[in-house]
Amino acid sequence: MRLTCTVNGTQQSVDDVWEGESLLYVLRERMGLPGSKNACEQGECGSCTVALDGLPVCACLVAAGQAEGRRIETVEGMSEGTALDPVQQSFLDAGAVQCGFCTPGLLVATRDLIERQGRPTDPEIREALAGNLCRCTGYEKIMDAVRLAADRMAADR
Amino acid sequence: MSTPTRTPTGAPAHLTGPGGGQVGDDAQRPDGVLKVRGEFAYGSDLWMEDMLWGATLRSPHPYARIRGIDLGPALAVPGVRAVLTADDVPGEKVYGLELADQPVLAVDVVRYQGEPVALVAADHPETARLAASRIVVDYEVWEPVTDAQTALGHPTWNKVHETTPEVTELSRESAHLHPEGNLVRHLKVRTGDPSPTADVVVVNEYQVGMQDQAFLGPESGLAVPTEDGGVELYVATQWLHVDQRQICSALALPPEQVRLTLAGVGGAFGGREDLSMHVHACLLALRTGRPVKMSYNREESFFGHVHRHPATMRYEHGATRDGDLVYVKAEIYFDGGAYASSTPAVVGNGGTMGIGPYVVPNVHVDCYGAYTNNPPCGAMRGFGSVQTAFAYEAQMDALAAALGMDPVELRCRNAMAEGSATPTGQVIDSPAPVVELLRRLEAMPMPGAPGDEVDLRDMPGGVSNTTHGEGVRRGVGYAVAYKNVAFSEGYDDYSTARVRLEVVGGEPTATVHTAAAEVGQGLVTVEQQIARTELGVDQVTVHPKDTTVGSAGSTSASRQTYVTGGAVKAACEAVRAQVLSRAERLVGRSVPDLRLTGGAVVSDLEGIAVPLVDVLGDEPVEETVEWRHRPTEAIDPETGQGFAHVQYAFSAHRAVVDVDTELGLVKVVEMACTQDVGKAINPQAVVGQIQGGTAQGLGLAVMEEVLVTDGLVRNPSFTDYLIPTILDMPPMRIEVLEYADPHAPYGLRGVGEAPNISSGPAVAAAIRAATGLALRRVPVRPEHITVEATADR
Repeated sequence: MRLTCTVNGTQQSVDDVWEGESLLYVLRERMGLPGSKNACEQGECGSCTVALDGLPVCACLVAAGQAEGRRIETVEGMSEGTALDPVQQSFLDAGAVQCGFCTPGLLVATRDLIERQGRPTDPEIREALAGNLCRCTGYEKIMDAVRLAADRMAADR
Repeated sequence: MSTPTRTPTGAPAHLTGPGGGQVGDDAQRPDGVLKVRGEFAYGSDLWMEDMLWGATLRSPHPYARIRGIDLGPALAVPGVRAVLTADDVPGEKVYGLELADQPVLAVDVVRYQGEPVALVAADHPETARLAASRIVVDYEVWEPVTDAQTALGHPTWNKVHETTPEVTELSRESAHLHPEGNLVRHLKVRTGDPSPTADVVVVNEYQVGMQDQAFLGPESGLAVPTEDGGVELYVATQWLHVDQRQICSALALPPEQVRLTLAGVGGAFGGREDLSMHVHACLLALRTGRPVKMSYNREESFFGHVHRHPATMRYEHGATRDGDLVYVKAEIYFDGGAYASSTPAVVGNGGTMGIGPYVVPNVHVDCYGAYTNNPPCGAMRGFGSVQTAFAYEAQMDALAAALGMDPVELRCRNAMAEGSATPTGQVIDSPAPVVELLRRLEAMPMPGAPGDEVDLRDMPGGVSNTTHGEGVRRGVGYAVAYKNVAFSEGYDDYSTARVRLEVVGGEPTATVHTAAAEVGQGLVTVEQQIARTELGVDQVTVHPKDTTVGSAGSTSASRQTYVTGGAVKAACEAVRAQVLSRAERLVGRSVPDLRLTGGAVVSDLEGIAVPLVDVLGDEPVEETVEWRHRPTEAIDPETGQGFAHVQYAFSAHRAVVDVDTELGLVKVVEMACTQDVGKAINPQAVVGQIQGGTAQGLGLAVMEEVLVTDGLVRNPSFTDYLIPTILDMPPMRIEVLEYADPHAPYGLRGVGEAPNISSGPAVAAAIRAATGLALRRVPVRPEHITVEATADR
């Protein structure tokens, strides 16, 4: 089938999509956007989190056809040019990136959290990110990064 | 040197920037910006226009003979380009890290569920998987051997929380899974009086379940056939050169025709030390003449790499009434599963360090590694020391209870210090601040008790709303551990570094080239920091990791900052010596205090400051150095005595837990950790290692276990194999000590593993303290708490 959707602000069409493919597969293998990661492909790890019409979802659980005509934001669309988004910069500054495989999904989920809640409390951060597994950091520096990003984004408003 | 026709999308590039960050600074990762932009390419992101996808058919049985394989139905699937079996392996049919006993593809017999039997290459990953599933294998199913003691013909003990088979006396001949029998290694430690007596004796049996590394980036890579008949493999791995050796052997190709480049690695933790898809992708690429990508899904990943050895242990501790340890006897069984992997070295660690960081005059340890038909077990962070720490630290608590002593007091009374002898007769010749680690933990403030206003998120069970505090009891537990750093027992453990200093774009620039795998830990940052510090330049480029430079050894055993760090330092020193002598030729005389700093050659005594760009001109300086830590020795096979380990790392944890004693649910309230790192090369990364290691230890204590019944894995998914989430991990207090090891570069100590060893036993101790239960098995599951509690009533 042919799939047409808007990815990071650009309309994209791809042909010969097999109906069994996920949005994650299409992004990674057909659109050249491998930033969203494939750690479990069953909706448990959050590493493929993208925003679908503004809501965070696991791209591995979205059938390609469900994305028809919709708006998708991936980690590749978070920043323009060389400047980083404050969430990206905060993850770097806090040392929240080790292997980095969970990072794209966490960045998308974190930006959604801060956009919705401004300066979330620690329990709110933990609840919001409970679907994003990280195996390297023990999450402490991810907590630091989210707090830092929320502070910076609040200061920018 | 073979050259691929083309380079895949996602092949690693040189890492430059960010500038700044000497040894001791919180330098930022050179791959950090790529990672937060989603532009860092992992093995699973590699891509080529005409690539094929590989898939693996695996055995559904833990033990069976293959009577026949029909490939026809797979070959009939449109889009399939190749289907291969063991007959298509041109070289050695078996490989292995320490013993070559594991088939590339099953030869006549399968010895574990998930053993690779056949391969498919097709133009879509689903086509490849579908075709693999259509291969018809005729199995004669055999009864699996699923217990290490049974496999060795030793009597089994009554295991906690498990029904065990009858005690058997199977002879090695009747049950043997490999020609040499089922014993992979038996390590003995014998010191002091063989028949000691003591005032107070505690004896207990312990069990540790099988843990998975659960790195997030799946096993993956891309093999590209080269014009000279060789292959270029881009792969996420831990040790390029040991992979290359095994791949060459299986493909019957010389190293010149098998070039490896490290693809982006999404975590490792030991699980990438053995081969997974490496040879398979190369076989398919060579057969089809096309690039072949393989990338496991999560279920396949659970079958595609080794796990942490489950262990069954019996410990007997004897002490005087005053609390001085008199003796320790231990019997330790590691279930190695179907193939050896690194079981011999795991047994080495388990046995030599199996009583913990304590001084004990009389020690008698037997540590066994056995073949069974369970999943193969090998390296995982903490490597043989994690399992024993659960037992020896529980024993210290049990002994303290029997003596009526404070558990920390008992530990401090018997703790190792610099100058102490280990049970293997090795005198500790660098700081061993075991007492200080424990005392500092004790001095840290305790987390507050839950307030009057209940926040469900702080309760065991969380927002499942299972308790508002009723039935909840708090417990505190301590544990301390030690672990060897780098490879031991006489292994020739070295790393190679090539450092080039030249003028690029008007700036003095260093390029560091090693084959040391960056798996997330931050070695690439450390390499830059060392080069900046030693060469006085800001711009340091990290060359992609590949086999065009000599081996760096494995990214394991907490060794890379020490060994590859040492090699980079040594190569920089060699470069520096050349640059300084060039500068002396330039000024026409010898200058005693000449050094490199701020991009210049400087002498304070003579007021010289010559810019490096002038000294270098257009002639780069390059040096390649092979660097070794001081040698270790093989241990005596009968007594275990010898200088086995080059360095030890020490860490201690305090865990505070709340337990819902009615439902058996555990909430870890806080983890505190103290660790001596000798010298923190990158303090932020050191703390990151401690936090991550703590999480993996906590996971093993309360939730992580690969459940294996009759040789079959019951939970190969992240739905059923649980790792800690951000809700499970509590805040941590961390104190990093820096007592230099005079034998190590910059005085540093390996960091990564120790905190993974002490955290779990502290959590288990805290649960015991909260519940008053024995809990001799980890992970502690809710039903262990509720069932034991019921039995106690």
